[in-house]
Amino acid sequence: MTTMAWISVALLLLIACLLARPTGHYIAHAFSNERTGLDRWFGPLENLIYRLCGIRQENQSWKQYAMSVVLSNTLMILIVYTIFRIQGMLPLNPSGVASMEPSLAFNTAISFMTNTNLQHYSGETGLSYLSQMIGIVFMMFVAPASLLSVAIAFIRGLAGKPLGNFFVDLVRGITRILLPIAFVAALVFVALGVPQTLEPTAVVKTVEGATQEIARGPVGSFLAIKELGNNGGGFFGVNSAHPFENPGAISNMLQMLLMLLLPTSLPFTYGIMVGNKKQGRVLFVSMAMMFLLFLGISIASEQAGNPALHALGVNQMQGSMEGKEVRFGLAQSAMYSVVTTASETGAVNNMHDTLTPLGGLITIANMMLNTVFGGVGAGFLNVLMYAMIAVFLSGLMVGRTPEFLGKKIEGREMKLIAVTMLIHPFLILIPTAIALFTNADTISNAGFHGLTQVMYEYTSSAANNGSGFEGLGDATSFWNLTTGIVMYLGRFCSVITMLAVAGSLAAKKPVPETSGTFRTDNALFAGVFLVAVLIVGALTFFPALVLGPIAEQLTLLS
Amino acid sequence: MKIITITLRVSIVFMLLCGVLYNLAVTGVSQAVMPFQANGSLIKNEQGELVGSKLIGQAFTDPGYFHGRISSIEYNGAGSGSPNYAPSNPDMLSRVKESMEQWKAENPQVPVEEVPMDLLANSGSGLDPHISPESARVQIPRIEKETGIAASELSHMIERHTEGREFGVLGEPRVNVLELNLELQQARAQS
Repeated sequence: MTTMAWISVALLLLIACLLARPTGHYIAHAFSNERTGLDRWFGPLENLIYRLCGIRQENQSWKQYAMSVVLSNTLMILIVYTIFRIQGMLPLNPSGVASMEPSLAFNTAISFMTNTNLQHYSGETGLSYLSQMIGIVFMMFVAPASLLSVAIAFIRGLAGKPLGNFFVDLVRGITRILLPIAFVAALVFVALGVPQTLEPTAVVKTVEGATQEIARGPVGSFLAIKELGNNGGGFFGVNSAHPFENPGAISNMLQMLLMLLLPTSLPFTYGIMVGNKKQGRVLFVSMAMMFLLFLGISIASEQAGNPALHALGVNQMQGSMEGKEVRFGLAQSAMYSVVTTASETGAVNNMHDTLTPLGGLITIANMMLNTVFGGVGAGFLNVLMYAMIAVFLSGLMVGRTPEFLGKKIEGREMKLIAVTMLIHPFLILIPTAIALFTNADTISNAGFHGLTQVMYEYTSSAANNGSGFEGLGDATSFWNLTTGIVMYLGRFCSVITMLAVAGSLAAKKPVPETSGTFRTDNALFAGVFLVAVLIVGALTFFPALVLGPIAEQLTLLS
Repeated sequence: MKIITITLRVSIVFMLLCGVLYNLAVTGVSQAVMPFQANGSLIKNEQGELVGSKLIGQAFTDPGYFHGRISSIEYNGAGSGSPNYAPSNPDMLSRVKESMEQWKAENPQVPVEEVPMDLLANSGSGLDPHISPESARVQIPRIEKETGIAASELSHMIERHTEGREFGVLGEPRVNVLELNLELQQARAQS
């Protein structure tokens, strides 16, 4: 790979780092309980929304907060499910799209409400304009705002403050953060060549005299919130590999920055809200190190190309180009794959099924760990969970009751954390085993890669990522139902357990810091944190990875 | 119960605000300020007929034109997609072998080892409008033979349609196959 490609990697990381801090400050400001200058700007609109919706700005207990999140999100799933089921009879359906069948509507509604955006329908033909707008785009705003709210409430709990009110946080997340940034980003995307029109498909006569139909639509507005909210669902079937959904390297870069913006900012928001900026920085740096390691492996593997094609005498100077686009080339494709799985967005600009085995392994590992930044809110909750595990492990080693931010971590919290940690592998490995026994015929790439295909689907669902090894024949009711359930549990189980941890910590009296306190804002802690993440991840998933991508890589070499 | 009524009202408000108003606002501004991009970067020929989109690849099979990347959907712009072949998939290996044989038959002047992989691999979208400049250059001998246009002129044509890296560092240098072939089409008509 050329020097230019490495420079572009450095550029992405540099800009992402430069944006993270001010954005983190802005988020802390936006969710502050005190009156801020932002109230003057957003107050009138927000007060109108509060009035229209009957929202009272009063604090909730952790149980009320968790109830509000789960109940409201579930109800929204039901509403949108109903819209999908009867879209054929509703207005704004110029192409006459039929109503969705039950299992697909179930899967799609859960998928977008859980910020997963796994798509078992076809982007170009499965949804009416009405469903796209008030179903999909609506959820693309509400889903990330919901978990952003939970993360903020959790941090408030850690800081010993009341958790706040879910609906107030939800409204602020949309009006102050998602909507303004998405609006500006959408216009920039259109300027770069992304269509934004309500006109139907264009018909042209090609140079060789054939007729070509060109699908288009309001792509720009969709794309902006897709990336910013870590949603990832594509307007078109091939997502951001489609030239209309990602016309060049600048739009590609902008998409990666949008995906990283909120996940990288939250450690800084956290630092401000709990009054320990150094700890926020330590968490940020730890995650950035994992990210860099994974990026390096991915680029090296894709650059090395496919050994089986080397054997045929194919010139692979460009790296492995199967499933990739020329305008991105190797570096911008590998970077995108790592960013989209690290941020749990799930947008793709190249086909992950075609990645070299080790490149594919990196994408799946990102989703298994689910802590290399992670999606809006959800990822940061995971990071804090691992931070507490790290504190707990250190406490065991020195024989002291572990403390985090001056609060003792005791039996009750550790039980809740252990449950949260175990749900994720359970939701990935058990369904994978069931699917391999009952639905192995839906695998499109036989052999070891087939295992990876199935495992990727459930990992992506459980981590609420939404990308796929798309060769898998997943448009069946078995896949619709099982991944639907996995996405739902993957999203909301940890919301309840983690808010319970926050509630329990908020009620505790802080213990004074002494010279014997294990510090959680230095390099030693970063090391313990990283080791905790990697060891827990490796112990849980390594056997499955050996049978999938690692075995495939070895067979290609032989 | 209170949560349910609030949720219903919140849903309606945000369906209107995010689902309808946001989409319409972006569409309105885009159509007013940058209609070319907003409508899909469609290009017309000299007779004013739509011949394609600058951003969407077209199928070229005539040996007298530059060929684009392999597309399992044959550049059907109403959809998009690729076969999602894993690196270990035997179907992918046999497709590559077939393409290599076809290359040898159509381009006896250029050894297949010199062909960059983008010409032998299916693109991600099936609509990739670009090839690498090297992939365009290796096709020069064939096109010269088919059309009688001098190699040097073809080479200049490629240079004119080569887009560099954005800001000098992002992405890869590339040639827009449709725009290149539109110029080639005119040259062919004159000669």
